[in-house]
Amino acid sequence: MAKIRRNDKREMPALNTSSLPDIIFMLLFFFMSVTSMKEVSYKVQFKVPQATELVKLEKKSLVRYIYVGTPTAEFRKQYGAETRIQLDDAFAETNEIGEYIVNERSSMKEQDQGLMTVSIKADKETRMGVIADIKQELRRAYALKISYASTQRTSF
Amino acid sequence: MADISFLLLIFFLVTTSMDVNQGLARRLPAPVPPDQKVENTDINKRNLMVVKINSANQLMVQGQLLDVKQLRAKAKEFIKNENDDATLPKLVEEDFGEPIGVVKYTKDHVISVQNDVDTQYQAYLDVQNELVAAYNELRDECARQYFHKGYAELDEDQQKQVQKVYPQKISEAEPKNYGGE
Repeated sequence: MAKIRRNDKREMPALNTSSLPDIIFMLLFFFMSVTSMKEVSYKVQFKVPQATELVKLEKKSLVRYIYVGTPTAEFRKQYGAETRIQLDDAFAETNEIGEYIVNERSSMKEQDQGLMTVSIKADKETRMGVIADIKQELRRAYALKISYASTQRTSF
Repeated sequence: MADISFLLLIFFLVTTSMDVNQGLARRLPAPVPPDQKVENTDINKRNLMVVKINSANQLMVQGQLLDVKQLRAKAKEFIKNENDDATLPKLVEEDFGEPIGVVKYTKDHVISVQNDVDTQYQAYLDVQNELVAAYNELRDECARQYFHKGYAELDEDQQKQVQKVYPQKISEAEPKNYGGE
């Protein structure tokens, strides 16, 4: 008769890791598809305001950004704590916006030039005087499609 | 293999920023040519709704202090003028084509937003947001009434039709110093 032996020391089998690459790849693809690279390094800090009637900005290549906020800590010594404007990677004055817009527009394809959208990413504490100046400058440069960058408000 | 994908994974994890680009879309008016005189277009008083925001972010609508939460309802009432109120914008009859047909609407209404230099951006955007929301709600109601679908589900031509019934007319004045010292 066969004797059923009881092994007192049963060893745990090694964990099968052959499917690990698949899992990692899956995660990788997920992050690859949701990722959107930061457009620039911020020199101003801002918290965009909240709103409910949001429209998504399609076509990244048609969007140009204007950042408005107080300089980040490393630039505070040099530029003070007053609200500043950032275009691309540098601080700018209000009167430089027009030129920037014209330059950016001329670098676009001709059929896209009319579709350019300017997204104003401004801090919610900003005084409207600054924003109004920017708007006037944009009007002068015929950049009439604008978007006030904001986040979804969950409650009033 | 797994090492390489781990490396890539970590790279994307670090660079990823989930925030989507969204915002309140607005259209600025075209600039006035410098040689052109600013003409004061005569707007009938009943067609005009003035929303003023002062430096303390308080709202004045039609001469009355108002909370921003009530602005949407107020704007809807103004834009729609359901009961042909004499103090609200004049109703004009127009044919909007099938299936809307001939409808009365407030053709010449204007909502004017005026803000102070010291108004907070968030307060300004709240007002803009509520006004846009009022239009969106009215358009949605209109779409449901005539097309039995939400406004967002309509095709482009139908949306244009609905837009004609509720044309967005938010005008912005140059900022002035209201309620300052």
